[in-house]
Formats: sequence, structure tokens, C-alpha cells
Amino acid sequence: MRKAWALLGVYLAYMLEYRAELFLWALAGALPLILLGVWTEAARHGDFPLGPGEFARYFLMVFLVRQATVVWVVWEFERDVVEGRLSFRLLRPLDPFFDHLAAHVAERLARLPFVVLLTLLFFLLFPEARFQPEPLSFLLGLLLTALAFLLRYLMQYAVALLTFFSERATAVEEVFFLLYLFLSGTIAPLEVFPEPLRTLALLTPFPYLVYLPAALLAGQEVRLFPGLWVMLLWGVFFFLLWRLLWRLGLKHYAGHGA
Amino acid sequence: MRLEAVVLAQDLTKHFRVALKEESLLGTLRHFLFRQYRLVRAVEGVSFAIRRGEVVGFLGPNGAGKTTTLKMLTGLLHPTRGEALVAGHVPWRRERAFLRKITLVMGNKQQLIWDLPAMDTLRLNAAIYEVPEGEFRKRVGELAEMLGLEGRLHQPVRKLSLGERMKAELLAALLHRPEVLFLDEPTLGLDVNAQVAVREFVRAYNARYGATILLTSHYMADIAALCERVLVIHHGRLLYDGALEGLLARFAPYREVRLVLAKPLSREALKAFGEVREAEGREARLLVPREGLTERVALILKGLPVEDLEVKEPPLEEVIARVFQSPKEVEG
Repeated sequence: MRKAWALLGVYLAYMLEYRAELFLWALAGALPLILLGVWTEAARHGDFPLGPGEFARYFLMVFLVRQATVVWVVWEFERDVVEGRLSFRLLRPLDPFFDHLAAHVAERLARLPFVVLLTLLFFLLFPEARFQPEPLSFLLGLLLTALAFLLRYLMQYAVALLTFFSERATAVEEVFFLLYLFLSGTIAPLEVFPEPLRTLALLTPFPYLVYLPAALLAGQEVRLFPGLWVMLLWGVFFFLLWRLLWRLGLKHYAGHGA
Repeated sequence: MRLEAVVLAQDLTKHFRVALKEESLLGTLRHFLFRQYRLVRAVEGVSFAIRRGEVVGFLGPNGAGKTTTLKMLTGLLHPTRGEALVAGHVPWRRERAFLRKITLVMGNKQQLIWDLPAMDTLRLNAAIYEVPEGEFRKRVGELAEMLGLEGRLHQPVRKLSLGERMKAELLAALLHRPEVLFLDEPTLGLDVNAQVAVREFVRAYNARYGATILLTSHYMADIAALCERVLVIHHGRLLYDGALEGLLARFAPYREVRLVLAKPLSREALKAFGEVREAEGREARLLVPREGLTERVALILKGLPVEDLEVKEPPLEEVIARVFQSPKEVEG
């Protein structure tokens, strides 16, 4: 526990050194707010499963879920391996997985004020998005957001470990990101997907990273099962992949640049 | 009484596969489509044992295999072949108990968080290595005093001088009080004063805590000041393992005679008395074989207008350079 607090404390101090950048990073995640404008406008004139207010709420929650689940470990890890800085992390009796995880959690805390600010601004611009959340589904949504962050982190960490073998794991992540963008519900809620595509999407890990927590937070009616089982299975899969790639990767590590 | 071996390396070997690439566009295309590799034998069958509390110098030119050996001994690299035991652990298993007993300081790399005061990294390390709060304060106070770093630990690392940063690196690396220290070029790039300070600290640390130290350095003064024993590695193979004096006797079968003459003499005139290393004005430096040194000195005193004469060991740098220039000769 002391380890966790110390890690959080130091990384929070580190993140706060970059206040201006944090604001810009938070702003850079404003894609859902742009899409909100597009979809609410479309909903006013067309026939969609969600109304303008529902779209607005959904995309606001997508914005918040994405702010809470943003992960960049693959870039950090790749740089660590290429520049040889991983050696320092390997010398410590702490798995770098937890080291990076603490940095991510600390960044979340440091980013919070900016996210609150942007949300308030958003409510001002889109009054139709204001709503009274239903406590139970909202709490469940928060819990799922935390789980979505862990799954996203685990997925990207497993991809990051490919750096041991190719030194450019970020290329793999870019492909993953494309799938993430389309299948996670970031561009459009799954309700507007054609049926076969929606069924297929729900078998991948991506909708559980954004759509499910966002829909719950927005108070939409969603079926939790079997989705949660699928999410759990992907979690187990990426956990095992992490452990396997870690074991193989360390044997492969050449420690260049250090 | 035979002291316990803390670092053991047996036939330690590391080969790397390195991709080859020719210049030009064609070479780049070929590299992309049919990548070819070359096997680099970074370390080849290295064996040695270091006893508890010893300070051993690890010498070799760039690319000789020093750092690769250190990386295997610290568990960063898996060897291609061979065994190692450090503080009772196989390093590349990376057991927590092992990681708590060792440290690696790399002069060209830093673990301190650049934008924060060193104290933050120290706190982080204390938590990771589970050093209790009271003990943490005591150790930081003690080490900061030994390193002359008091008052500097609350400044952002980027504001420290290179020497102070290296000292802070040492502090961070030693906070968990490791038994075995692997120091890879700890004085790299430091000015003479900072070099001396780091050297003195390493000596004091070894004396106070009985730590075992394996040190690589390009500065012979570091090795000469700290190590009674040296390992010499070249082309991945161990060429020498023994006392520093033994290294001079084996690889430098000559001594240096420094002369101050009554009048300047040409190199030609000095040649008959030894290998002329330097002849500038009235001063000269000759290399003379150890065997028959007395006779040769008598000859110099008789044949040259000597005002002052001094017999010394040749500079360590020169000896080492000779070793690395003619590896085959010394290997045999």
C-alpha cells in the first residue's frame, strides 16, 4: 500500500509539472464533442434509434469515458526499450507494468480539473445534454469505466511488449486504434450499427472500452450480459498474453542503448 | 581464511544477431526484403570469481564486452551459454531478493526523474525497496553527507550540475544498501574534482559497508585508486585476471626513465639508451626493459649529461593501450 501511495504521489507531482500539456491533451480528446454536434443535428432531421438529447448525453459520456481510459503505455514502453531506459525499471523489484499503471492513474487525477471544466463548458453550449443520472446505472457505469481502463491498459501493455521483438510496437497499436475507433462506439453508438456488424462488434473487446460504460452512464437501456462475460474473457486473454510476452520478451531483450 | 565468492561467472557467453545493411537505395531495399544477419560474439566463455568486499576493476576498450557482462550479472540479459551466481542468485531469474541485493550505476544513463527534485525519486525508491521511513531518513542523511550533497536533493534534477547529478544517481542506486555494486563508467564526463569525489565516495562506501564492487572505467586513475585486482577483457574474452601490479609486470616488461638533462639532446642521441617516448627541450622520457634496468641506468648516467633521473612504472593508460593493440601477442 505504501508503495502504491508513493508511486501515485511522485507521478502526480510529475504530471503536475506538465499542466499546460495536460489541458491540451484533455482538449485533444474532444472528438466526441464534435461528433455530438454532428449526430444531434442529424437526429433532429432523420430517423434514428436515439433522439437528439440522447445522442448529446451519450457523446458527453463517451468524452468522459475516453478521458478516464486514455492509455499511452505503448509509446512509453517503446521509448524505454529503444533508448535502453527499460534496464533501470528492470533493476527494481517492481514489475514495470505497475510502474506505468501508477503513472496513468496519477495522470487521471491531474487531468480531472480540466475535464470538469470542459464538461461545464459543454453543458453551457448544449443544454439538451443536461440530465439527472439514475444512481444505480451511473455507479455501475463508473465501475465499468474503471474496468474499461484496466482492459485498455492491459491490451496496450500486451502490444507494447511486442517491442521486445520488433522495436516498433506502436505500428501494431495504430492498427488496433483504427478498430478501436470504429468498434468501440466512439464514432457512433452501437444502436446505429447494422445488426450483423453490431453482433460482431460485441464479440470484440472494443465496445466494452467505450460504448458499454458510456451508455450506462448516459442512462440508456443496455443489456449487461453476455457482454460482461465477453469483457472478462478478453481480460483473461490479454492478461495471459501479457505474462507470456513478458517471459519471452525478457529472454529476447538486448538492452541496447544502455 | 578463504573469503566467500559473491560474484561467480562460469563460461559466460553472449552472442547477438545483428542485422546488416548496405548503403544506398538498393541496399535499403535488399535490407527490407531479404534481411541478413551477422553473429556478434559480445562475450565468449568468461569465467571469474569475486570475493565479498573486493573492489575489482573491469578493463577493456569500447565494445570489448564489459557492459554486456555487467548486464548478464545484473540479470538484464540472458546469456547464450554459461552460468552465473551473484549474491547466491541466478541473476536472469530476477528474483526480488536478488534485485534488492544489487545495483547497477551507468554513467551514461540516469534513473532520476529529470523534472522533479532527486528527493522524489529517492522516496519512490524507498517505497519500492520497502525501506522504512526512519531508516530512509537515516540513509539519505548518511549518504548525502558522504557525497557532499546536502541541500541539493530538493532542487529539480535538471538544475544540478553533471557532478551533482552523478552523485545523486549514486545515492538513488545505493539507498537500498545493496551488497553488490556494478558501476559502469560512474565518472564518465565528470571534471577532475567530481571524479575524485566519486572515487573517494566509492572507496568510503566499500570500507563502511563491505560492499563488493565491480567497476568499469576509462579513467585509469579510477582503477588505480580503487582496485587492487583487475579483469581485462578484449574481443569478449578475458585476457587477464589478477593484481594491478601483475598486469604491469606481465604486459609492461619495461619501466619508464624520466630525465632532466644539462642541455637539450635530439631523439637520435637518446635512442641508444632506450625507446624514446618523449624528448622536449631538456626533458626526456625513455622506456627501458625491466631486465637489466640497473645496468642501463648506469649507462645513461655515464653517457648522458644527466641533472636528474627518476625511474617510474609506465602510465597505466599506455600499458592498457598496448594490451589492446596486440591482443594475439598477449593471449599466447
